[in-house]
Amino acid sequence: MLRAALSLLALPLAGAAEEPTQKPESPGEPPPGLELFRWQWHEVEAPYLVALWILVASLAKIVFHLSRKVTSLVPESCLLILLGLVLGGIVLAVAKKAEYQLEPGTFFLFLLPPIVLDSGYFMPSRLFFDNLGAILTYAVVGTLWNAFTTGAALWGLQQAGLVAPRVQAGLLDFLLFGSLISAVDPVAVLAVFEEVHVNETLFIIVFGESLLNDAVTVVLYKVCNSFVEMGSANVQATDYLKGVASLFVVSLGGAAVGLVFAFLLALTTRFTKRVRIIEPLLVFLLAYAAYLTAEMASLSAILAVTMCGLGCKKYVEANISHKSRTTVKYTMKTLASCAETVIFMLLGISAVDSSKWAWDSGLVLGTLIFILFFRALGVVLQTWVLNQFRLVPLDKIDQVVMSYGGLRGAVAFALVILLDRTKVPAKDYFVATTIVVVFFTVIVQGLTIKPLVKWLKVKRSEHHKPTLNQELHEHTFDHILAAVEDVVGHHGYHYWRDRWEQFDKKYLSQLLMRRSAYRIRDQIWDVYYRLNIRDAISFVDQGGHVLSSTGLTLPSMPSRNSVAETSVTNLLRESGSGACLDLQVIDTVRSGRDREDAVMHHLLCGGLYKPRRRYKASCSRHFISEDAQERQDKEVFQQNMKRRLESFKSTKHNICFTKSKPRPRKTGRRKKDGVANAEATNGKHRGLGFQDTAAVILTVESEEEEEESDSSETEKEDDEGIIFVARATSEVLQEGKVSGSLEVCPSPRIIPPSPTCAEKELPWKSGQGDLAVYVSSETTKIVPVDMQTGWNQSISSLESLASPPCNQAPILTCLPPHPRGTEEPQVPLHLPSDPRSSFAFPPSLAKAGRSRSESSADLPQQQELQPLMGHKDHTHLSPGTATSHWCIQFNRGSRL
Amino acid sequence: MGSRASTLLRDEELEEIKKETGFSHSQITRLYSRFTSLDKGENGTLREDQVNFRGFMRTLAHFRPIEDNEKSKDVNGPEPLNSRSNKLHFAFRLYDLDKDEKISRDELLQVLRMMVGVNISDEQLGSIADRTIQEADQDGDSAISFTEFVKVLEKVDVEQKMSIRFLH
Repeated sequence: MLRAALSLLALPLAGAAEEPTQKPESPGEPPPGLELFRWQWHEVEAPYLVALWILVASLAKIVFHLSRKVTSLVPESCLLILLGLVLGGIVLAVAKKAEYQLEPGTFFLFLLPPIVLDSGYFMPSRLFFDNLGAILTYAVVGTLWNAFTTGAALWGLQQAGLVAPRVQAGLLDFLLFGSLISAVDPVAVLAVFEEVHVNETLFIIVFGESLLNDAVTVVLYKVCNSFVEMGSANVQATDYLKGVASLFVVSLGGAAVGLVFAFLLALTTRFTKRVRIIEPLLVFLLAYAAYLTAEMASLSAILAVTMCGLGCKKYVEANISHKSRTTVKYTMKTLASCAETVIFMLLGISAVDSSKWAWDSGLVLGTLIFILFFRALGVVLQTWVLNQFRLVPLDKIDQVVMSYGGLRGAVAFALVILLDRTKVPAKDYFVATTIVVVFFTVIVQGLTIKPLVKWLKVKRSEHHKPTLNQELHEHTFDHILAAVEDVVGHHGYHYWRDRWEQFDKKYLSQLLMRRSAYRIRDQIWDVYYRLNIRDAISFVDQGGHVLSSTGLTLPSMPSRNSVAETSVTNLLRESGSGACLDLQVIDTVRSGRDREDAVMHHLLCGGLYKPRRRYKASCSRHFISEDAQERQDKEVFQQNMKRRLESFKSTKHNICFTKSKPRPRKTGRRKKDGVANAEATNGKHRGLGFQDTAAVILTVESEEEEEESDSSETEKEDDEGIIFVARATSEVLQEGKVSGSLEVCPSPRIIPPSPTCAEKELPWKSGQGDLAVYVSSETTKIVPVDMQTGWNQSISSLESLASPPCNQAPILTCLPPHPRGTEEPQVPLHLPSDPRSSFAFPPSLAKAGRSRSESSADLPQQQELQPLMGHKDHTHLSPGTATSHWCIQFNRGSRL
Repeated sequence: MGSRASTLLRDEELEEIKKETGFSHSQITRLYSRFTSLDKGENGTLREDQVNFRGFMRTLAHFRPIEDNEKSKDVNGPEPLNSRSNKLHFAFRLYDLDKDEKISRDELLQVLRMMVGVNISDEQLGSIADRTIQEADQDGDSAISFTEFVKVLEKVDVEQKMSIRFLH
């Protein structure tokens, strides 16, 4: 039943297509007239039951989690197995026969892949490869060791007469049983260890082992199985050799299949720019195809999917849109958790079926003792060897947890069910033993591992927020280590990782990432981006408290509580809409017009999205509101970025270019000015330079260079791509728009004929362009119709305040002394290391630095155009605005 | 080759290096042969910086992993070269180009330029540098001093991340 029905799970289309074709057949020969009501249970039975089972499992999960106490003590997998036992009992009592069991076909084709894909895709790859040696040792040597020792010991037990003679099994049968019972199960390990939170190294070793040992298990199982079927007498020496060879074929072949599909997947997602909607589907389809292909070629399918997920993630994440990323993440997690739930429940149900198993106490007890003992022994022996080579040795406590964490699960159960009873006469005994072992490890060990970890004081994983400094310095460490290894002449792990990164950067990423993604791809920048967003969010959440915390007292600032209830924004807030108004903007403007208002305004600009907390609380997992939230994040971020950039760029305020320069002509113009090459070398991704002021402003963020000239085409993409903002000169005083793809465009500005000091002084003047954008795109949609007039009035009052000019000189004098020298940074050719250490950074690094500095060499030239404002202004202009704003935000963020 | 190298190395010098850096005898001879192969001018020093073998070893000693028996060593003795703070100081000096015991924004920018891809613009680099400094800066001098540097990295497992395995 499940198998047929689960095909519907995997391919909803197929199931949907089935139903209409069946309907015409069902009416039968003599139509008995029109039926008002027709009951067609059999047509929907299979999918209906599957849906019901999943529903039951999900509901059970909800019930379990109603009580925090229960779930904190008992792992979910235990509860699900117990539930399965109960349900199985009910089914048995009602239907008089065991139904709805875990079938190996269903398990391997539909339930296992999502779990493995999920774990492979979200595997912390750095950690995984850092510990690859240990993982591989435990997975290969450990599994072989477990299989052979357990099998041999059980055979010895039988020879000693401790196993009842009715268990008809020879050495080969026991070895077969040993091979299937020896493998640590990824599903069980994941389910239990996710709740235990041991430190990352320990987790990745146990979990990585459980994933990678699949190849060994599959080979051992197949080899033993075929030996048993051939009969031990017919096994030749060459067969043993073939068995060893097949280990390599199955594991390397599986990994190769996975990598090939990872490559295909990454390459495909590079070209989905116009069909964003199928991006998540592609990820799942190609990963599933990898699984099926490996399964078809009888290679290690688990290994294939793991490698596929591991290999493709970096490129896929860079290529697909932000929404697709979220979709992939949640779908994967949902599928995996669903599959896991069903597996454990079905395991419980299957155990009830007494017709399948036969009990033998000697065998069961012997197996339990042996697997525990040999696991522990194997771990200790291997760790001793590994510690000779490891930088950070695994201590005794780690070894205990690793031994104890060797959980067996559904894989073993499915494999034992697959045995052929005619060839393996003792199958029923093996089934019973496997069930007991699985239940014992999942329930008893799963229950006790948490107290054990606590009692042993195993190093837990600590979650601390990453800081930019950490990220940056850890990068430096990596480079230093690679260089040192190079100097020492012993090419170890760091050296090869460095080589791989260079190769990846030079060829793979270029090939597999779309150009826009490749350009902005940098880990340090990523961290910076994420931190910025986090700060922006925390800033918004903190609201007015931030101000006082930094000692920035604004006498003219009205307190938040005294805001008049008649304020438009307040009313809006009452109405519960997600309006992106900020009441303080309006109120501040009303209350004063001095310089501090400028500070205030900029502070508040970052916090325009006031009601975001409500979004988060109510439906943070909801896709659609996620969408809105994400946009808020982005806009807050954009504002931050814009403001910060302006502090670097504000020099350009004063230079008034009258010519309009649409994009296509830009390059030519630049060459004339002799400042061409930065843009050119960097693939022209900067958008307009600041010297281009135009009646029509284009902020171009193009994915393909050829599209740059095609200004008529507007990319309807939320995440990245081209954003054209066209406005008439009279409307726009300033325009600074940072596109979502993180490429920061220098804000092109138009300087009106009137004095510009007001603009500098009163930031809402300069921020007007942005404000207008919000009003047009966001607020007016949300503001109720009767509110709109009020809103418009407040906007116009805001604008009118911008007009009074004020003196520029005092502001400039109160500029903070800037640490930066008056010159542009010199061109660094390589890192001058300290005198005692006489190595330079790896060649690639130095090269990168060189080309970077070459491309930056034109900056001074540009500055010559504006000799007056030059340096001061390159420092943070508008001290009260951008800089202090940033400080505040930052302080707040770091304190959290 | 190793034996040839060790004959060139005087015994007392070897002992001193051993004491100073904590490398074993075989490690020192191995590194000495590496040193001579790097020493193209065959004048006992490397490059224009005039790094002799002593300096070479001292530098490398920073990256020796801290062994268990070293952790409980007497506190009074000279700090071993591979201590946490020495490892950190080594990294710090890479940033501190003008050796004023402070990482200024300019210095950070230069390092950043080498570290991040060519595709990050100067503005972005600048903002990263600013942020980095603000994050670490505690005394408000817009630069990162060594104490601040240590403070930011206090949660990082420097002992592990600044060590490589030397062949025995």
